[in-house]
Amino acid sequence: MNAVSVLFRREMRLAMRQSADSVMVIAFFVIAVVLFPFGVGPEPNMLARIGPGVIWVAALLAAMLSMDRMFMGDYEDGSLELLVLSPVALEFVVLVKVLAHWLTTGLPLIVTAPLLFVMMNVPTEIWPVLLMTLLLGTPVLSLLGSVGAALVLGARRGGVLLSLLVLPLLIPVLIFAVGSGDAVLYGTGAKANLMLLGGVLLGSLALTPWAAAQALREAVA
Amino acid sequence: MLHYFANPTRFQRLSRRIEPWLLVAMILCFAFGLYFALFSSPVDYQQGHTVRIMYIHVPAAWMALFCYTAMAVAAAVAMIWKHALADVAAKATAPIGAVFTFLALVTGSLWGKPMWGTWWVWDARLTSVLVLFFLYLGYMALRDAFDEPGRGARASAILVLVGFVNVPIIKFSVDWWNTLHQPSSVLRMDGPTIHPDMLTPLFLMAAAFQLYYFWLVLVRIRRELMANRTRALRHRQAAA
Repeated sequence: MNAVSVLFRREMRLAMRQSADSVMVIAFFVIAVVLFPFGVGPEPNMLARIGPGVIWVAALLAAMLSMDRMFMGDYEDGSLELLVLSPVALEFVVLVKVLAHWLTTGLPLIVTAPLLFVMMNVPTEIWPVLLMTLLLGTPVLSLLGSVGAALVLGARRGGVLLSLLVLPLLIPVLIFAVGSGDAVLYGTGAKANLMLLGGVLLGSLALTPWAAAQALREAVA
Repeated sequence: MLHYFANPTRFQRLSRRIEPWLLVAMILCFAFGLYFALFSSPVDYQQGHTVRIMYIHVPAAWMALFCYTAMAVAAAVAMIWKHALADVAAKATAPIGAVFTFLALVTGSLWGKPMWGTWWVWDARLTSVLVLFFLYLGYMALRDAFDEPGRGARASAILVLVGFVNVPIIKFSVDWWNTLHQPSSVLRMDGPTIHPDMLTPLFLMAAAFQLYYFWLVLVRIRRELMANRTRALRHRQAAA
């Protein structure tokens, strides 16, 4: 457990020293969403209608930006080999990395989201639900992203390839997340969608560390 | 059994012997299946002649799922037992599966226009099959993305196994969500709900598609093995 906390502190320290990465993700998130009122016109009702979806898609793409960095630095400077050889189970290493990635990407996205809700004229009654979907959904982005990031280590054009691998698998998250907001507006309640999203989170929390760890072993083999 | 056929020479000898039979059986199934499907099967009372799209669409969709499942099994075998042929089989299956998936999407779209009045709807079945198509593309892209082929093979094997979650979602999407695509009418608990006159050509076509797959995958595996052998010989020549 001590080794895990040491690793976590290392990850956070590295992330803090390169805080520009997190800032860039947020900047991309905001700019991508802000483009839509220019693209589709600033009509408030339409923005309210498409707002949740646009914000979620932008969050998805913003999270993709930092995903390929998850193991890249360790892979390039060789510390990944030491992590693989360390007595800590590689699955825990992956979970620590995922947690660090979520704290530096997912959490800032959630904090920024209300600002964009205002700008996209999202009805206030669905704010809590949308924040809840972001809270449940962004960890899934980091978890599935860890598998993708481990798979493309050493690949040509890894970043683009990563989107091709991970984005299709993230479609269910998008569907259930945006569906929760719509369900509240239609008066059916978001419980079913939120539970499905929670199920996706628990399922990926249980399964992706194994896949990512195996992919990391292959990467350094 | 598993290791008996791990020997490429033995496999090639066997596969060369089986291929002609598969080819003949496939041609027969296609001939009878297409005849029944296009001429000798009843017209649907609502859909008219467009129902004949079913005889391509449904087998193609079945094969799309079958190919992915076969790839996942092959990838698992390759990963667990380091079975060399299983990995080649997964590689050989991917483009075939992608084409079947594409065929299912295109015929479904052509069928959707007269029946639903639209080429495409974002219902659960269509969306999940589209995701399957992307998974095939991702597999092939990841496999080719490495300078060292072995690394690509191992990485893409993991991807196939991760993506396998989509297969049950596709199968049950029409039961879990109440969507435009009709629920399954052949593989269901209380027996098929299609009339035998339509079921016969459907099964003949399904058998033809299946045989086509087996024939093609054997040819492709053999081709891949020969390519590997040529590469090895070239290397030896260059080294000498």
